[in-house]
Order: sequence, then structure tokens, then C-alpha cells
Amino acid sequence: MKSILAIFRKEMQLYLVSPIAYAVVGVFLIITGFFFQVLLDGVIRAAQAQAMQAMRAGGGMMEMDMPGLVMRQFFGLMGTILLFLIPMMTMGVYAEERKRGTMELLMTSPITDLQIVLGKFMASLALLGMMLLPTTLELVLLYRSSDPAPPWRLMLAGYIGLFLLGGALLAIGTFVSSLTENQIIAAAGTFGLTLLLWLIDAMVRSGTNSVVSEVLQYLSVLRHFEDFTRGVVDTSALIFYASLIALSLLLTLRSLDSMRWRRA
Amino acid sequence: MIEVENLSKAYGAVKAVDNITFRVEKGQILGFLGPNGAGKTTTMRILTGYLPATSGTARIAGLDVFEKSLAVRKRIGYLPETPPIYPEMSVASYLDFVARIKQVPASVRRARVNRAMEMANITDKRNQLIKRLSRGYKQRVGLAQALVHDPEVIILDEPTVGLDPKQIIEVRNLIKSLAGTHTIILSTHILPEVSVTCDRVVIINHGRIVAEDSPANLTSKLRGGETVHLEVKAGAGGADALRALCDGVEGVVRVAMEPMARAALDSAGQDSAGMLSLTIESTPGRDVRGRLAAAVVSGGHELRELRAIRLSLEDIFLQLTTEEPHEETSPAQQSAAVARESR
Repeated sequence: MKSILAIFRKEMQLYLVSPIAYAVVGVFLIITGFFFQVLLDGVIRAAQAQAMQAMRAGGGMMEMDMPGLVMRQFFGLMGTILLFLIPMMTMGVYAEERKRGTMELLMTSPITDLQIVLGKFMASLALLGMMLLPTTLELVLLYRSSDPAPPWRLMLAGYIGLFLLGGALLAIGTFVSSLTENQIIAAAGTFGLTLLLWLIDAMVRSGTNSVVSEVLQYLSVLRHFEDFTRGVVDTSALIFYASLIALSLLLTLRSLDSMRWRRA
Repeated sequence: MIEVENLSKAYGAVKAVDNITFRVEKGQILGFLGPNGAGKTTTMRILTGYLPATSGTARIAGLDVFEKSLAVRKRIGYLPETPPIYPEMSVASYLDFVARIKQVPASVRRARVNRAMEMANITDKRNQLIKRLSRGYKQRVGLAQALVHDPEVIILDEPTVGLDPKQIIEVRNLIKSLAGTHTIILSTHILPEVSVTCDRVVIINHGRIVAEDSPANLTSKLRGGETVHLEVKAGAGGADALRALCDGVEGVVRVAMEPMARAALDSAGQDSAGMLSLTIESTPGRDVRGRLAAAVVSGGHELRELRAIRLSLEDIFLQLTTEEPHEETSPAQQSAAVARESR
């Protein structure tokens, strides 16, 4: 545990001085902030249009869950942005260590590969947390100006979902990073792989219903995430993300092991 | 302390380390000498648990480096070829991190970090970012990293690369001061480094050990007996008589003779017409110079020059590690084999 913590500490230290981390977090917050504004605007405009129509037609107004709608869209949006940014967060995790030769330090120190993998993964989760935390501000604003306020459950489920989705993407990213010494290759590979897991869903929707399509549908990282944005914490989704993370970390572990065997 | 037995490492069809065996006693400094690509780094990486061996065993403090990897790694300080540093960290925080992953107890961590910085002479740079340091300082940060947990065994892969002459002397003195309490393996392709710092030398080439001894012994044993160079102006009987004469001297093993080039001058600046140049090898430990001179002169030849050829460690190294174009083994290689057998 101490060793995991030592790796974790070092990773956080490096994140805090890394321009990449600041750039990624900054870009994430700017984009999400901007789109929150756009979403809100759109919803307000839609509400106004409806109110006008109701006045002209002269009937009662239809009940609409505006805050809930904004929140759902906001979480969906954050998930999509994560898809684009996480490859940049993870590209250096192992690739950079390998390039610098510091992997040799880690792997000749009295710590296990598992401790290295866990320490690094935990640090990337912490960075994800630091990235998501400020976005609660926007939601707090939303809660304070909504009447009646949407259930807190919705927000909580959304963040759990984001965190799991982000965690899975991070785990995949760190695995890809462990395969190469080149950060760009790591980022591109991660992006390709996660995009594939994203789009499997779309592939299926247009396809026919068969066992294959059902399996593919289950593999979609997006489909499971959508449940969370609706405020549903589904066990199968939890298991899905947990196993995706576990599998990726296991593969990373194997990759580190194979590094010992094939290093020239 | 360190026992390596029949260790081999193959990368595909290429054998980087081929069946090497050596031991290092506690407190000794072993120099690992060889040209680039000889297998020094690979051997060190196996010892540190970074690479598994293809076959053979290596034990440190009686523990197999593969089976008991974590226990072994705890006992080893390792400086790889390129210092494993994080440029964005400060010297002190980097060493603190290394101390943590080397399992240095929290109570002594600070003291150990300070001591390592003192030993590597980088205390004045403790709060500097490593990326702002010069190459020599980075190398010393790497050295401090290898010392921070006060390991029993220290493995240094070319520790003086990138240092200026003054720093090289400092580092060598540091290494020597660590001997006795620590067991050290260092690799280098710089020969004086070995003769200055090491108790024992292992010369490795193409993954094989070609010689192993103390630097002093290696120099004397590998001298190939005495090799004597003569320049003679042949008198009565000419070259053949001269050759027979030299062959007849007790202790002479081999005589190689060639006429000196017509236009060339001999070593004293005289015209070399009719001059012969002889290279004579004798059995080890016998000085044949006196008898040789007497024989040549008494045979009526004119002895212009006679000198013993001494092989420096440098020559030995080159002889041992340079491919001979023909099958014939040089006397140095023969005696290298003798030296190994007689260990």
C-alpha cells in the first residue's frame, strides 16, 4: 500500500507541474462551461416558444422537466468530451516513463508491477476527479435557480456514471500507453480504441437484431453511460465498467511483464 | 555476494550474453570491461531483475535474482546507462520518491536523502529542477539515486559518462570509498577507470568473458611472456643465419622477421638498407634480452636496437576484443585462456 501511495504521490506531483494536465483540464472546463450556457439557452428558448404557442392556442402549458433535460444533456456532453480528452491524459503514463528510462528505475525497485499499475491508475482517477469537480458549480447554479429542484439522485448518478466511464477510458488509455514509447501513438491508439467502443452502439442500431448485435450493444461504453444520465444506477452497467477497468489493468500488467521479456 | 553461473541471454537468435560465470566477494569492486554492445548492460539488467535470463542463474546475497526478485531489488542500488530521472522534479523530491519506492522507512528517509546528496556532492542543487542541471549533475543525481537506500550491492552502468575530469575523479573516489562496506559492479569501456578503481576486472566481448583477474595480474599475465623487438643489420650468413641464431637462444618461442622497407629509416634515423626487423616472443617470465643481444653480436651481426614491448591494459583489451582476421590465436589470448584456467 505504501508503495502504491509512493507511485500515486509521484504521479500527482508530475501532474501538478505538467502543462498537459493543465491544458486538458482547462480545455475541458472551458468547453463544458460554454456548452452548459448553450444548452441552457436552448432549453429556455424552447420553453419560451412553447409558452407562446400555449398562449396562442390558449390551453394549459405542458409540464416540462427543464432542469432534468439540461442535466441529462450536460452529462452526455461531458462524457463525449472525455472521449476526446482522456487519450491525452493517459498517453504519457507509461510511454513517457519508457522513453525516459525511468521505467527501469520503477521495475528494478522493490515494488511489484501491480503496485505500479494501481498507483498510476489511481493518480489518473484523481486527475479525472479534479477535472470533474469544478463542473458541479454549474449544476449547483442549475439547482438553485430551478423550482422545483430536480432530485439530487439525478446528479449523483450522473457523476457516478461519468467517473466510471472516465475510469474505463483511463484504464484503456494507460494500457495502450504501456505498449509504446511514443506518446502520439499512445494517444491515437487510445482514441481509436475508445471511439470504436463508442460507435459499436451506432453500428448495432442500424443493424439487425441477433445475438451478435446484442453482444456488441452490450459492449458499447455509451449505452451504459446513458442509463446513468437518466438517473439510473444499473448493476449491469456497474459491472460492465468495473470489468472493463479490471481487464484493461490486467492487460497493462501483462504488458509490463512482457516488457521485461522482449526488451532489447 | 554476487554469484553468476552459466548465465545466458538471447534476444531471438542473437546471444547478448553467452554462458558467463563470475563471482564478486563482499566488499569488492568488480570492473566490467568491454566494448559497446559486449553484453555489459544486459548482464547488469539481469542482476537487477529488470530482465530475466534465458538460462543460468544469478544470485545476490544467496538469493536468486529471478525467484526472489523483490528481496534482491531491495538490496541493490542501480544506476542504468541513462540516469532514470524525472526532469520536472526537484533533486530533493526526486530522491525522496526513490527512497519511498526503495522502502526506506519514513523515520530515516530524510537523513538518507541528505546523505545521498552529500555523497554525490549535489547538496547545493537540492531544490533545483533536475531539467535545469547540467549533464554531469544529472549523472550524479542518478548516482545519488542508487545510493539513497544504502544498498549492499551497487550496480553502476558507466557511472562516469558525461562527467568532466574533476567530477570523474570525485566519482571514482566516491566509489572507492564505498568499497569494503558495499559490493560494487561497475561497467565501463574506459580502461584507466578499471585499473584505478577496481579490485577485479572481467573483460567481456560478444557476450563471453575473455579474461578475469585483478588489473595488475591481468597486465602481467597477459603480457604474453616478453615480446622483444630488434633491429639488426645482418652480417655474415645474412637473414637465415640470424634467424637460426635467434631460434637457438634459450626461452625463445617464436621469431618473426622481415626486411625493413628500403627507403625507410631505422629508428635512429639511419638509412635502413639491409636492415631486418625482428619480433621475438619468449616464454612467460623469462627475460631473453641479454642472451639475445649476446647471440646477435657474437654472430657478427650489427645490433641497432633492442627493446621489450610492454602491453598496456589498453593493448590487452584491444587484443582480447578485436577480431583476429586469421585463425591463429595471439599469445595474449592464449595466456588469457591460461589466466582463466589458473584462477
